[in-house]
Amino acid sequence: MSLELFLFYLASAVAVFATLRTITCLNAAHALLYLISSLLSIAVIFYLIGAPFAATLEVIVYAGAIMVLFVFVIMMLNMGKQTVEQERSWLNPVIWIGPGIICTVLLAELVTLLVQKERLLETVIVTPKEVGISLFGPYLLAVELASMLLLAGLVGAYHLGRPLTQKQPGSIK
Amino acid sequence: MIAIPVEHCLLLSVMLFCLGLLGVLVRRNIIFVLMSMEIMLNAIGLAFVSGGARWGQADGQVMFLLVITLAAAEVAIGLALVLQLYQRYRTLDIETISKMKG
Amino acid sequence: MLEFLWLVPLLPLLGFLLLVLLPLTKRAAAIVGVGSVGAAALLTLLIVVELFGLSSDAQVFRQIYWTWMQAENFTAQFAFYLDPLAAVMMAIITGVGFLIHLYSVGYMDEDPGFARFFAYMNLFIAAMLVLVLGDNLVVLYLGWEGVGLCSYLLIGFWYDSHANGYAARKAFVVTRVGDALMALGMFLLFLHLDTLDIQQLMANANDQWQTGSSLPTIAAALLLGGALGKSAQIPLQTWLPDAMAGPTPISALIHAATMVTAGVYLIARTHELFLLAPDIMFLVALIGATTLFISGFTALVQTDIKRILAFSTISQLGYMFLALGVGAWSAAIFHLMTHAFFKALLFLAAGAVILCVHHEQDIFKMGGLRKRLPVSFWSFMIGGLALVAVPLTSGYYSKHEILFAAAGNENSGQLLWLLGVLGAVMTGLYTFRLIFTVFFGEENTRVHESTVGLVVKLPLVVLCLLSIVGGWFVLPLDHVFPASEEQAISGITSLVTDVAPFVGIFIAYLVFHQNKALADAVVAHTPGRLLQRFWFSGWGFDWLYQKILVNPFMLFVRINKNDIVDSFYRLAAWLMRLIHRLFGLTQTGRMQWYVGSIALGVVLIVGAGIFS
Repeated sequence: MSLELFLFYLASAVAVFATLRTITCLNAAHALLYLISSLLSIAVIFYLIGAPFAATLEVIVYAGAIMVLFVFVIMMLNMGKQTVEQERSWLNPVIWIGPGIICTVLLAELVTLLVQKERLLETVIVTPKEVGISLFGPYLLAVELASMLLLAGLVGAYHLGRPLTQKQPGSIK
Repeated sequence: MIAIPVEHCLLLSVMLFCLGLLGVLVRRNIIFVLMSMEIMLNAIGLAFVSGGARWGQADGQVMFLLVITLAAAEVAIGLALVLQLYQRYRTLDIETISKMKG
Repeated sequence: MLEFLWLVPLLPLLGFLLLVLLPLTKRAAAIVGVGSVGAAALLTLLIVVELFGLSSDAQVFRQIYWTWMQAENFTAQFAFYLDPLAAVMMAIITGVGFLIHLYSVGYMDEDPGFARFFAYMNLFIAAMLVLVLGDNLVVLYLGWEGVGLCSYLLIGFWYDSHANGYAARKAFVVTRVGDALMALGMFLLFLHLDTLDIQQLMANANDQWQTGSSLPTIAAALLLGGALGKSAQIPLQTWLPDAMAGPTPISALIHAATMVTAGVYLIARTHELFLLAPDIMFLVALIGATTLFISGFTALVQTDIKRILAFSTISQLGYMFLALGVGAWSAAIFHLMTHAFFKALLFLAAGAVILCVHHEQDIFKMGGLRKRLPVSFWSFMIGGLALVAVPLTSGYYSKHEILFAAAGNENSGQLLWLLGVLGAVMTGLYTFRLIFTVFFGEENTRVHESTVGLVVKLPLVVLCLLSIVGGWFVLPLDHVFPASEEQAISGITSLVTDVAPFVGIFIAYLVFHQNKALADAVVAHTPGRLLQRFWFSGWGFDWLYQKILVNPFMLFVRINKNDIVDSFYRLAAWLMRLIHRLFGLTQTGRMQWYVGSIALGVVLIVGAGIFS
């Protein structure tokens, strides 16, 4: 077993474990940290399978920028001890049954699909240069659309994130 | 040429996707629901990138970039909505916004 | 003046539009309604004088206004065609129509629907003028249907009574049967002769069709169907007696000047086609003779003054059809004209009587009105004498022309003549039964005379004059119709024809004036009473149609009351609502249910993909 392969399995194990903890953790901040470690281990995998550009983006944008948004929101909401208790009461074991079944079946189906194909052993390195040429060549329109989407997200978030005024319905003083 | 089996990458992505789905279905705290959705989007990205790596094409990573863009916009809007929700109802329970029923 | 032909139908139409669109006072409505028809009548007079001033070969005038519709080789011009036949019809329609309008001003004075009445009347006149002036069958059909519509509106004029609405619907539906046949005839003609222009059509028919072959026979039969419906001949005559539901001037208009003459006009206008179909010609004559005979007996036993006149109208139309059937075209049009005069007179006089006795229409509740209502009496007398065809009145000349033509017809002319003469006897009988009952004998009704003003009396006087002198002239129709050869009429035939009406009058005098018990004695016997009831019902036609047409239809209607076909669609709608409610339940507003169902759907679809 080569070093790469070993690292790949290790990172995979970390990612799965961290994700599992993310969805089961009661404290939002802890869950967020688990999520970040999951994202970082996936960045490692990206690097290993020959996509250094994607790995960089994963670290900078995902684990960096997007997760910082979560951090801000969690800090702004300032949820205290009682939220942990509340989470515990929400997460009683019974409600795991239905979603668990659905997800297990879906996983089984997808794995079945994967196993049916012949084995694909190798991966090829794709350099950031190639990605850049592709991005600003055939995918130029998609990039423009993505920028529009981000602008819409910016405007929308600004509009929705305003503090509540007195007259708006549903406000609780 | 790196000897990492692509289908294991895909397997990992499938597992992460299912875990994310499980999270969306199970959690009632809206912040956790959003996080679970990030997990799912990330799993999709992993599938794209590993596909691109298998064929040596840049398209997979381009798609990943677009997925990230989408995730960023979605999180921005989603978290703004979370703030609104919390300001109005002082709770993060997703059940409280079930008024839009038919 | 000929180039102003377009103005003649347009004037009443404008009157109609003004009356419908503007909220006119009663006085203004009367001026517009009567004035428009009066102007049209005046213009018609000038046009007719000019037309007959031309040399007899040039008495044809055609005006094309615009192309109405066009499709491949079919072209319908909106065009008017004026020849002596159309001119005579025009003169009758506008002249008699004007007098009836004038009379209506007095008759309808207290009616709340005054303006509406004149609007319908004007539209009626306009439609009828379009009918007689139409250059092709399409324009003619436009007027034809317009007349049908107006008759519906006018018969149901007092629409708040159920019976009136029923009568209007009946008239509309029964004439619709004829109209459908006529439309089929038009399709057939166009299919084989490639034109609907009447003159061209006749020329083509003469070129392409053999006399007596099947195509002209079928086409003539279909056109005859339309004529039967409009002119109320057997078997489509049942609508006309019920059409008495409208105000009396409308009865006069429908029965004298306009609607019912349309069928006679149609056959006269397309006479060349009918000449190609001798079998249909004979059928026309037979139908006419039968109708005049049957409705004569029916008129004898009616008690409603207007129904008596209605059946006499059917009977007189039967004479016209008889004339058409034996090829005496100009005699038919001649009788149409004289009939227009005296029947309008009779109806208007009857209207005056009805008005004076508080809308009582049963003749046995009247009596002795001779002294109280001299104008009505003399009008009725003159109209009745003309109807009976006493010498020197207009009806005498026209009816005798018809009877002589029938007698001279080689195709069982004697039978037709005999029926016609018997009809003439019946005419004398029922007319003078009416006159003796209403105007002689002892008085038994209260009369108020104040309502009969000058506008009512003037038309009566003018129509009296026309009813007498109207027959003293020969209509200049020689160039329109093929000349009918002079028949040698034997002296005995002539004598019997002359004497027949007097026989009827004499019997009426004996039975209904001299010895009233006689009539009661006849009715007292069982066969007499049965016969009386049979005749009273109009020979059972209504009963028969009720049994074989209306009742099965009503049965269908009852079965299909809840619309069987619709129930399938209702089922579909119900199913949709059910599904809607079921799906509505799934919309809980809980996001996790939505996500869960999406995930479940994905699981199912992927599973199906794997296991298929």
